[in-house]
Amino acid sequence: MKVDEATVRHIARLARIRVSDAEAKTFEGELTGILQWVEQLDEVDTDGVEPMTSVVETEMKKRTDEVTDGGYAGDIIKNAPERADNFFVVPKVVE
Amino acid sequence: MSDLTDLTIAGAREGLRQKDFSAREIAQAHLDAIEAGNAALNAYILPAPEQALAMAQAADERLAKGEARPLEGIPLGIKDLFCTQGLRSTACSRILGNFSPTYESTVSQNLWDAGAVLLGKLNCDEFAMGSSNETSCFGPVINPWRREGSNAPLVPGGSSGGSASAVSARLCLGATATDTGGSIRQPAALTGTVGLKPTYGRCSRWGIVAFASSLDQAGPITRSVRDAAIMLGVMASHDPKDTTSVDAPVPDYEAVLGQGVKGLKVGIPKEYRMEGMPEEIEKLWQQGIAWLTEAGAEIRDVSLPHTKYALPAYYIVAPAEASSNLARYDGVRYGLRVPGGDVTEQYENTRSEGFGPEVKRRVLIGTYVLSAGYYDAYYLKAQKVRTLIKRDFEQVFEDVDVLLTPTTPGPAFAIGEKSGDPIEMYLNDIFTVTANMSGLPGISVPAGLSAEGTPLGLQLIGKAFDEEALFQVGEVIEEAAGTLPQPQDWWSAP
Repeated sequence: MKVDEATVRHIARLARIRVSDAEAKTFEGELTGILQWVEQLDEVDTDGVEPMTSVVETEMKKRTDEVTDGGYAGDIIKNAPERADNFFVVPKVVE
Repeated sequence: MSDLTDLTIAGAREGLRQKDFSAREIAQAHLDAIEAGNAALNAYILPAPEQALAMAQAADERLAKGEARPLEGIPLGIKDLFCTQGLRSTACSRILGNFSPTYESTVSQNLWDAGAVLLGKLNCDEFAMGSSNETSCFGPVINPWRREGSNAPLVPGGSSGGSASAVSARLCLGATATDTGGSIRQPAALTGTVGLKPTYGRCSRWGIVAFASSLDQAGPITRSVRDAAIMLGVMASHDPKDTTSVDAPVPDYEAVLGQGVKGLKVGIPKEYRMEGMPEEIEKLWQQGIAWLTEAGAEIRDVSLPHTKYALPAYYIVAPAEASSNLARYDGVRYGLRVPGGDVTEQYENTRSEGFGPEVKRRVLIGTYVLSAGYYDAYYLKAQKVRTLIKRDFEQVFEDVDVLLTPTTPGPAFAIGEKSGDPIEMYLNDIFTVTANMSGLPGISVPAGLSAEGTPLGLQLIGKAFDEEALFQVGEVIEEAAGTLPQPQDWWSAP
């Protein structure tokens, strides 16, 4: 798979990473290289093979649906770049 | 008294209980060593002398009362991937800025509950993505080892390069580390230390900055196999806060030491004999086989046919999980925020300035392989290959107890030597990544020196939750290898 510059820009947009023109060029070559390298997996016959969901066989643990934690809003917003009272502040998202 | 930094954890434990020295003295000896040597090695990114001395004093009080816990007074370094309460935790990424956790990771809490002393936070590759510790936003870590007759700085491996360098250079008695594709075992091999990646689920991942959640596992880097057993016994626990942590008792790992390997079956996987593998690696491997044969183990040739596909499958699965995990760094709740016109632009600016090139590369690959139309071709395919890799191991472990392989395809390389080509760097993990892909435990034990006079390691891979076999066999390799030379101290300022 050859990744072109438009594809790099599209994925970067999906990943919410701004890329400069120079970065886009570099990533174009590097991503193409990496994707072509991983495509050797096509040699492997995986017909009828289940995709792995867990490396260790375990049973899904269940717990009672009850409040066991919380009540420390101050801790949660402590590292926020911008806050007001116990809220995170972001640029206006709704006009 | 000047040799307090030369002790093993086991030796320090004994000396502290015998009152040969105090926890304060041993902490101070390490703080002095950090003060003198860290500028040259860059292993610690945040030494914590005040905390260390306060914890050491508390340990001395316990020791005086005869109430010593398993790691009472043992000074350790903590990889910066572990959240430490009130102490800056960054995963060595600009995007976490001055993040100061209001909580403690389960693994580090287990260590403090056992009486260990925190010396500081250790450098690593950014978000643990790297094999040379060159991607850290705090700059590279330097390996205390140098090539014979050369002063060129070598990498300590990665991502736990700070942990490995600090343990090797005697800036701590042991360190925590994490391993997603080889990040404990590869740096251990490159610095002449012991590195253990436990079975997935043995240690809680809670409070450890996530890279690839189905692969990440915490473990120790130490200077002896016994020390690794001691540390794992404390680090491992069942933790309700991590649903993937196993609800199984933690064995007394030290109990298996000294049992030898008589009658144990050791598998030699032929697929690990890679094309173009340096002769000295092959020689080291044969030496390991000879040592174990002499010690009474039964050697068997085995086959793991999907080995060569583990690394390419890893470079789909790990970036995919990373792209998802790292979506949380949005400049809203913690860490760096770079303003923009609207909220999307703020996200894009923050992530562009906050992530380094290797992290961006992996997030982009991950986003690509998970994006509409490509999911089946890449991610699903890789997870199917992963099933086959695990099946290979399950079949082989019906006949053998443990597998012996080299840890790395070569010794420590120079700074800048492999950073130009991502795939060349990725190939460092070719022998280690299979254990992550299948969740199995692996240990690297120092086994000899390269032609350049730098360390090489042998790896043992065990059955799930059979870390005991790794310690048992690892100790035999350690003893057979004998006392290996130590790096000459060039890093301490007078």
